[in-house]
Amino acid sequence: MSNVLVVGNGPASHRLVERLHRNGHQGTITVLGAETRPAYNRLLLPSVLRRSLSPGAIVLPAPPAGVRVHQGVVATDIDPRERVLYATGGGSSERRETVYRYDELVLAMGARPRLPDLPGAHDTAGRLVDGITALRTIADCARINGDRVVVLGAGVLGVETALALLAGGHHVTLVHPRPHPMERELDTVAGQLLADHLAELGIDTWFGRHAVGYRPGRLLLDDGQVHLADTLVLCTGVVPEVGLARRAGLSVRRGVLVDDRLRTSAEHIHAIGDCAEHQGEVPGLIAPAWEQADTLATLLTGGHARYRGTPRVLRVKAPELDIASFGSLRGLDHSDADVELVTLTDSTHRRRAKLALCDQRIVGAVVLGLPDAIASISQLYDRNLPLPSGRLDLLLGTATGHAAAAELPDDAVVCRCNNVTKRALLHAWSSGARRVSELTNATRATTGCGSCVSAVSRLHASLESTDRLGASRLDRAS
Amino acid sequence: MRTKDGRLAPTDWNTALDTVAARLLEIRASHGPDGVGVFGGGGLTNEKCYLLGKFARLALGTSQIDYNGRFCMSSAAVAGNAAFGIDRGLPFPVTDLGKADVIMLAGANVAETMPPLMRHLDRADLIVIDPRRTATAERAAMHLRPAPGTDLALALGLLHIAVTDGWCDGDYLRERTKGFDATWRRAMSWWPERVERITGVAASAQRAAVHMLASARRSYVLTGRGAEQHSKGVDTVSGFINLALALGLPGRVGSGYGCLTGQGNGQGGREHGQKADQLPGYRMINDPLAREHVANVWGVSSDSLPGAGRSAYELLDALGTPTGPKALLVFGSNPAVSAPHAGHVVDRLSCLDLLVVADFVPSETASMADVVFPVTQWAEEEGTMTNLEGRVLRRRRIVPAPDQVRSDLEVLHSLAIRLGQPADRFPTSPREVFDELRRASRGGKADYSGISYDRLDSGEALHWPCPEAAEPHPGTPRLFLDGFAHPDGRARFAEVDYRDSAEVAGEDYPLYATTGRVLAHYQSGAQTRRVAELNRAAAEPFMEVHPDTAHRAGLREGTLATVSSARGSMVARVRLVGTLRTDTVFLPFHFPGHGRANLVTSPALDPLSGMPEFKVCAVRIAPCPTPVRDSPERPAVAART
Repeated sequence: MSNVLVVGNGPASHRLVERLHRNGHQGTITVLGAETRPAYNRLLLPSVLRRSLSPGAIVLPAPPAGVRVHQGVVATDIDPRERVLYATGGGSSERRETVYRYDELVLAMGARPRLPDLPGAHDTAGRLVDGITALRTIADCARINGDRVVVLGAGVLGVETALALLAGGHHVTLVHPRPHPMERELDTVAGQLLADHLAELGIDTWFGRHAVGYRPGRLLLDDGQVHLADTLVLCTGVVPEVGLARRAGLSVRRGVLVDDRLRTSAEHIHAIGDCAEHQGEVPGLIAPAWEQADTLATLLTGGHARYRGTPRVLRVKAPELDIASFGSLRGLDHSDADVELVTLTDSTHRRRAKLALCDQRIVGAVVLGLPDAIASISQLYDRNLPLPSGRLDLLLGTATGHAAAAELPDDAVVCRCNNVTKRALLHAWSSGARRVSELTNATRATTGCGSCVSAVSRLHASLESTDRLGASRLDRAS
Repeated sequence: MRTKDGRLAPTDWNTALDTVAARLLEIRASHGPDGVGVFGGGGLTNEKCYLLGKFARLALGTSQIDYNGRFCMSSAAVAGNAAFGIDRGLPFPVTDLGKADVIMLAGANVAETMPPLMRHLDRADLIVIDPRRTATAERAAMHLRPAPGTDLALALGLLHIAVTDGWCDGDYLRERTKGFDATWRRAMSWWPERVERITGVAASAQRAAVHMLASARRSYVLTGRGAEQHSKGVDTVSGFINLALALGLPGRVGSGYGCLTGQGNGQGGREHGQKADQLPGYRMINDPLAREHVANVWGVSSDSLPGAGRSAYELLDALGTPTGPKALLVFGSNPAVSAPHAGHVVDRLSCLDLLVVADFVPSETASMADVVFPVTQWAEEEGTMTNLEGRVLRRRRIVPAPDQVRSDLEVLHSLAIRLGQPADRFPTSPREVFDELRRASRGGKADYSGISYDRLDSGEALHWPCPEAAEPHPGTPRLFLDGFAHPDGRARFAEVDYRDSAEVAGEDYPLYATTGRVLAHYQSGAQTRRVAELNRAAAEPFMEVHPDTAHRAGLREGTLATVSSARGSMVARVRLVGTLRTDTVFLPFHFPGHGRANLVTSPALDPLSGMPEFKVCAVRIAPCPTPVRDSPERPAVAART
């Protein structure tokens, strides 16, 4: 029996609480959320911008009965020795400090937007001025107004946001300091294809340009351009929320350091999700956050589990594009004898794949415009399975092998109802059945459900033409 | 009957019946009524199913009865009842499918398992969901190929897309359904790109499928065993029903949801009381009003009726254990081949004090029995079956049965008398049994009271419910047009979420095995393996495997492979199939002995339906070191004699 206190009320926290409950956790569960609304799925904010979901539609299921969720509460300090946490806010007692005791404390505070040092973007108190917003919360979505929206930053979130706003009916400008979007994930070729694609979809793209200043309604770039911006949306990265952990004296690098049991440097304090750093990784992705939540829930309910990292798969969520990156391509090239490289570029159709394999298995890959390849590679990469030998079939999503062969094998069943093989039909033909009706009489093909009529007709036609050509190789007919 | 030296030898009926009755009475005396179990089949006529259930509850007084339909359609039955208040395979005539524009088939390989149905699917564009490129998938406009055991994630993803892409029917959701909100809050977290990673189905293909299904004028969602035979089979079927409801398909002419039944009498077999928790008319055995009604028809006190028993696998698993039955009567089923974890099931069967099998072929289970009753088959008997659209069909005798063959009804009658039952309680005439079934089903969900042999024989097409009325009731070809069968008339969404299969492939067992049927064989193959033409078409167990996967395991086309799971091994001939997923092998389940696919399958059960997880388990494959010859299945004999 232990009382679990969770700081943060996002997807990682929500998952942890559900799993604790499912695993039969004994004791109380208390959740503190800084936002004044129930937990929602942050990843679907682009769908809200797209207007395909209302803000209410991304609220996560209500927590299991008995779980106490305090909204609008900001954790201010931890006393690890006394196992208490101090917080302010919550309901009417805005200013009052509340003390929460815990047996186990879980930090799931996520990350906050990294804001660029952009002259004119902040007021004297350091807050973003009206007309500028980051994109981390439902409240941020509501701050996006007007026809012309400029998105600053073309990482994954920037690309998803630009596409969503475009679909939502805005005029969208995308500004990015690097020569192409998503440079951390994509190689130059794929990045350029993506840049072209975004422009073609109708986004006003400016790559290799730095924003140097903001004035109300306008963004200034380093080449002197001025872009009208009813709203400026900052998608310039995130930083793990580590202030509370740091104040409490926990070990922090980029994120709060955790081991394979999601323990921080202080006893009875754990961290999961975007605020946690495991083995030098701060993935900032939902899959690792959930896996950490699952692992921790097992551990806190007396089970055995270890978190050993999550295969890194980055997939852009937008119906307009199919882009994914797996692992890392960094430092892998033709010079390494152990590395097999597979590349495909089809510029006209904006298709690109670059795979680096070791022992037939993916170590790094970038795939663009090849949806079936992305789907198959996801599965192979997650389970560390060898790639099929038909590399191009994998990339193009074409079925390989016998069943896809242009010619039916002789033992293929043509009429399923009467179990008539192609061989039986060929035999009937060579025994003198030269018309479809004669083939039917001889074999009973087509006399069941009738769905093989066209197949028998095709076979008949091909036998006739083969015959006319005088070819005797009946077994080649199909 | 088994002789002292362990052979099955002919005997006369009286000796066999007397012996069985005497042993049953002994076992009941020493172990109580639940010391005897009954295992029925989904191929039996309605009359047999009905009388078997009555025999178990009255003549034996046991709660321990279930049937092989538990392995077929039990998941869709639970999901359908929960969603619509009634479980009828197709709540519309099958001919409606012939006018469809788009049909989604989730886990159904109709072209091989039910070829005559294909003629109704000719017009529609098919969206086939199957891990394998089956004969049905070959014919499809679109084939989605999820990893085995991930169909539920796919169903959640399709619902997600239906919502985000604006395909939901808002008026329908408000007026005709309940529970959408909670269901959406689960589906919300299954955005297509996440589903892609779990299932291997491209996000764009998911979107295209929903678009195709939702934008057609007449569309249907149908599920088969591929959706059902999982430890999350009920939730998986519910996932597809949720999709159909979100699009506003059920309960309207020209669209809908349906479950494709598996066995000959798959529908009727689950309505008349051979299921552990049911009484005739699709009544639940724990419902006091249902017990009262049926007890009245049977002329007994409702207190004397036993309660719910174990589900099929649980029943088989308990055989011969301290708390389980010591005797088992099997009618029209072959669990030694068809049950999951079959090696274990054979062990359990061989621990029985008494095994009695009524069948018309010497099945592998019959070959283990102490007494085998040779009974009539379809062309030799009268009766009724209920097909997948809930329509009652007559079976008529066209040839006389061989000498010394009796009908199942006669066997039950003769045993009942010997167990002290009044003779008229167990009629032997199918028509008489059916008339009693009508009374027992009156007022139930599956109400047959208005259906008679005379009406059927005059050519009427009657779909249940068909209550008895002053003016003959026309039956109900289309259910739910005015409302669903819940008190408020609304269909229920099911709040389902994805979970992994009971077994996940790992280091020891890196591949998934999925099982299924081939065209030439039916169920355990006990019947079809005896037909020379069918045996020629598919003579021996085989394993379909991707060429790369076979190559890595040192296997070539035509060689013998051992397929092993945590439970056991089977031997099959290698067939290379380039369209298979590299992580999956396919095993047909029709073969006996060492070729039984069920030697490797998992007995993990769905918590709601009791359905075993036939469709996915973790295996490894290797060359089979020495050729294996099957001796006739007799492991049981020594143990019991």
